[in-house]
Amino acid sequence: MIELSGVTKTYDGQAVLTEVDVTIPRGRLTALVGPNGAGKSTLFGIASRLIVADAGHVTVDDLDIARARNEEVARRLAVLRQDNTLAARLSVADLVRFGRFPHSKGRLTADDHRIVAAAIAELELEPFRDRFLDQLSGGQRQRAFIAMVLAQDTDYVLLDEPLNNLDLRHSVQMMRRLRSLVDDHAKTIALVLHDVNFASAHADHIVALRDGIVVAQGPPEQIITPEVLSEVYEVDVSVLDHDGQRVAVYFR
Amino acid sequence: MPAGYSPLERARRRQTVLTIVALIVLALAALALYQFAWVTGSWSYTMNLRARQVGALVVAGVSVGVSSVVFQTIAGSRILTPGVMGFDALYVLVNTFVVFLFGSATFMTLSVAQLAVVNTAALTLFGVLLFRGLFRRHSRNLLVLVLIGIVMGALFASLSSFASRLLSPDDYLSLQSALFASFNTVDATLLAVVAVITLMGCAMLVPVLRHLDAIDLGFEGAICLGVPYHRVVSWCLLVVTALVATATALVGPITFLGLVVANLARQLLRTHRHRPLVVGSAAIGVVSTVIGQLVVARLLNQSTPLAVVVNVIGGIYFLALVMRTVRL
Ligand SMILES: Nc1ncnc2c1ncn2[C@@H]1O[C@H](COP(=O)(O)OP(=O)(O)O)[C@@H](O)[C@H]1O
Ligand SMILES: [Mg+2]
Repeated sequence: MIELSGVTKTYDGQAVLTEVDVTIPRGRLTALVGPNGAGKSTLFGIASRLIVADAGHVTVDDLDIARARNEEVARRLAVLRQDNTLAARLSVADLVRFGRFPHSKGRLTADDHRIVAAAIAELELEPFRDRFLDQLSGGQRQRAFIAMVLAQDTDYVLLDEPLNNLDLRHSVQMMRRLRSLVDDHAKTIALVLHDVNFASAHADHIVALRDGIVVAQGPPEQIITPEVLSEVYEVDVSVLDHDGQRVAVYFR
Repeated sequence: MPAGYSPLERARRRQTVLTIVALIVLALAALALYQFAWVTGSWSYTMNLRARQVGALVVAGVSVGVSSVVFQTIAGSRILTPGVMGFDALYVLVNTFVVFLFGSATFMTLSVAQLAVVNTAALTLFGVLLFRGLFRRHSRNLLVLVLIGIVMGALFASLSSFASRLLSPDDYLSLQSALFASFNTVDATLLAVVAVITLMGCAMLVPVLRHLDAIDLGFEGAICLGVPYHRVVSWCLLVVTALVATATALVGPITFLGLVVANLARQLLRTHRHRPLVVGSAAIGVVSTVIGQLVVARLLNQSTPLAVVVNVIGGIYFLALVMRTVRL
């Protein structure tokens, strides 16, 4: 379980997160939704010790993120950031191998190589494994970064907008894959989603954020409702029932 | 276990190793040429002098090559090197102020070796304080860093020249001779001390080379992988400052040498791994200083200093790099 309590962050006097209490339950798929600038990336940054909060604290199981050794956290929690720009020119395989760094410090064992190969295969990156990242499409790059995160093989995974740049098929596959990591491999996954319908279809738990405040958190039935979604996004939303799936409609 | 690497990757790695071997051979050839060709006058005297010069060029080349590649990585940019950030101008400034404050009398009572150690220590301390602060605050904005570096380089240089005008002619002369261990004689003790500092610096980098690979992923990427980012960066800054001091003591400040050397290394070796990069960059550093000095000493008859020759070429290269970065 990842627990954020009383997390507050201000930038230049502007409150970005105010007294946020969020629980990411163990062994579940949690979706974080909310409009642009709501503070989702900041929240994930704080949860993964990349951003220092002004107040509040974060624990991953028994581990206090602020005090734990960085190395230890890296073996327990893997993170995909929203923006991934690199100074180095890396091939896909080079990048995915970095996922093993917390475990082997750059000296890869046969086991590490096996895990890397599996992550590359899993994300259908085999045809590009020796290509440099700047020779890939946006979606292929995104998948390469996700492969690195999965190669880290941690109990907890935080993904900031993993569906960025992915087409329909790859989006659905990605969500199924994450679902199966939770169901079959006991992973705990939290991700930022822009498409509330993906959250509705795949998440166990949804946290809705707006202007740095948690507007609602709970199971999809409680969040994917016209009332909550209209409040979060400030647009009119209707929710339809399609064979038991709740589908938000807001296009016109 | 080669299973983890594809045939293409193995070919790339072989290529990198071959390039390093070729660079080392080239460096040795250049050194031999410097040492043995164009001897006029006493053979034994020339051999002895040149051996010390060769030693100085090797130490300076290695220092510049290693420090520049490492600095590029921790700065997260290919156009930032210690020279561009004004490190070597800082060296001159620190020394000028030491003479300014204590006078050359104190300066002269120190042995060359003591002086080198004091210098390196003072510069390292001051440099690390200064540049650590800078890195923390502006770590996100490349162009701001470049600007600050260039302004600081100019500021340090003009402060030094201002302070040196206030010195008595005697103090000024002893400063000059202390600052740039005259390349025409090269003091053997100084060379030994500086060589030891350089060797220690390089040895200190060995344990963090793999961490540097991960630091190439940037601050966030490195933290996510469990790299003790601040510890590694501070450590590297410490070593880089010491290496810059040794190189500057031997061949004077050459702003753009490191930039050319480090980028050439990355271009020729085509790898992101720092173990080969650091070795290759050191070799290229030696090749450039030796060939540069050969040109200066044997073709230009010492009429133009090495720094000027390198900076003309390096400056143009720097401009090209900046233009390309800005356009992207
Ligand atoms: N480094 C920063 N400096 C100043 N403001 C920032 C910084 N990072 C984020 N913000 C601001 O904080 C707010 C939340 O940003 P973010 O967490 O990225 O939102 P989201 O991911 O939900 O779109 C935005 O208004 C953004 O402008
Ligand atoms: Mg975001």
